[in-house]
Amino acid sequence: MKLISLKWKAVVGVTAMVFVTTPLFFSSAEDAKPVGGVNTFNRLMAPKSERNQPPSNDGIHDPTNEGTSLLLPPKEAFKDMPPAQAGNFVDWVQSLQKGLIKPRYDRSNPNEEAVVFDLDIVREVKGTMPDVVYPHDRHTQWLDCSNCHPDIFIPEKGKNQISMAQILMGQKCGVCHGKVAFPVSDCRKCHSKKKDGKGAATDTKKK
Amino acid sequence: MTPLRLLYVALLMVLVMVAVPVWAEYADVVLNRNAEANGMRPVIYPHWFHRIRFRCKVCHSELGFEMRVGSNNINMGEILDGKYCGMCHNGDVAWSTEFCDRCHSGLPGLATGIRGASKSSGPGDY
Repeated sequence: MKLISLKWKAVVGVTAMVFVTTPLFFSSAEDAKPVGGVNTFNRLMAPKSERNQPPSNDGIHDPTNEGTSLLLPPKEAFKDMPPAQAGNFVDWVQSLQKGLIKPRYDRSNPNEEAVVFDLDIVREVKGTMPDVVYPHDRHTQWLDCSNCHPDIFIPEKGKNQISMAQILMGQKCGVCHGKVAFPVSDCRKCHSKKKDGKGAATDTKKK
Repeated sequence: MTPLRLLYVALLMVLVMVAVPVWAEYADVVLNRNAEANGMRPVIYPHWFHRIRFRCKVCHSELGFEMRVGSNNINMGEILDGKYCGMCHNGDVAWSTEFCDRCHSGLPGLATGIRGASKSSGPGDY
């Protein structure tokens, strides 16, 4: 019995030593500050200083490639855009609506206006999360109807079964959300309509 | 839990902690099905850069890019023929294909796919 507890003590001791000393081997004097402070295994937990790294330091560009140094660092492009909690850490929808960015709606015609369709779809959600409001207007500012209909969503009331599992697997909303549009960690951006308790929310609502 | 297993778990945790995170910009796409096989660095397509200049629909409707990861097998021949990237990267809308290393700028060995998503580098998908 005593022998086992000694073994345990040794294991705990060694583990503690490894935990304490490991960061010392992997850090230089400059970045010594955050060691032990933040979990870095999840990108969302990256400290602000590590977000939007320049191409030469983002882990996928080759810093020895001549062209890499010519590429625009994201931070430079994002500096005037409103911040967000995840994704590129900028709010694309607000940036567009406030005119901070002026992306073309047509490849060659810079004056082409977007065809915006303003219809909110309310989807009642099972469980305790607030209901989902899908705003057509914010989507059609960026996209064409044919981008989603009918391949991803059948344009007919009640014809689309959507679950968070599908979204996490990259289906339905997950074709974009989690890859290029804001990820599912921003729960309340979609789950935004408080349940009224009567279960009488209309399926479709015109603004 | 046996001490050996405890040690194994502890070592695994240490490994996860020191794993060097790759902070590719959200939605960067690596294209490497044809590039490295033909002696070029993988291509990195930055969604964010293009999104400032064009709405999604311009590429995903006009230019014919499918919206699913892995469904666009683009080769240089098609681009030079004015398809896909070549619809704009022709010296007219955007700079032309003579600047190879601006696109072919990825680290050798990168696998094709979308990067920088909110997936963790630890166990599990999210």
